[in-house]
Amino acid sequence: MRLTCPHCGDRDLREFTYKGDALALSRPDPAADSKIWDDYLHNRDNPAGVTRELWYHAPCGGWMVAERDTTNHVTTRTLTLAEARS
Amino acid sequence: MAELIASLATEGRLPLEIGTVVLEDAQPEAITWVAYLDRKKSAVTRALGGFPGPGAVVDVKAGRALSVGAGQAMILGAPVACDGAAVVDQSDAWIVVALDGADVRDVLARLTPLDLRDEALPEGRTARTLIGHMTASVTRVSAYRYELMVFRSMTATLLHEVERAMTHVAARRRLGAE
Repeated sequence: MRLTCPHCGDRDLREFTYKGDALALSRPDPAADSKIWDDYLHNRDNPAGVTRELWYHAPCGGWMVAERDTTNHVTTRTLTLAEARS
Repeated sequence: MAELIASLATEGRLPLEIGTVVLEDAQPEAITWVAYLDRKKSAVTRALGGFPGPGAVVDVKAGRALSVGAGQAMILGAPVACDGAAVVDQSDAWIVVALDGADVRDVLARLTPLDLRDEALPEGRTARTLIGHMTASVTRVSAYRYELMVFRSMTATLLHEVERAMTHVAARRRLGAE
């Protein structure tokens, strides 16, 4: 498997570490209702299709969001966090 | 004040010649990490005399600047001071060694997942990657010469890994293997 670091380009999977769903980018307000925090902490979607995931490229120290299709493992695009948030 | 004698981390262990490949010291006078602050890219580029984009190596006033991450460069040469950027002296924190010789790419291919073909890493380009389990910076200086940078604390590991790969490539050559 190969992934495209937004800074370094096309690289081998061994250079990357998987963090999880890109949900961590949309952290609720600290004062938000406990139901919202409970949902944020514990509940995850498990889609058959496109997911947004956080990956870390260890050599350059960059985080990125990869859009990957769970049904065929094709990574359609990777974004820097600034791009993913906008 | 006592005058300390600076010694290289690789002191007494390099150069190392095995088969067609030589591993030698290439430590510059100083290594400086520079990361420009938000909206200061053009000012810092002007002050330094250049700033490398992704994968690039550019000549700057103090020496050579290697791209080491988004908005970050490592300057090999004279010490650097610059406004508008985070600047950290890394001279004692990283080591630079050069791997040189006809079979150099076969040696590196055993150590790094990086695509080493000419079209992916031509002369004068640099890449952050792994050497074994270490994060490293690999720069292609010329067709058969690469510079490797790792943390100074990983010197013995680097020399061990590279020496093993050099030995194995040389052994394959003696057996007449491709």
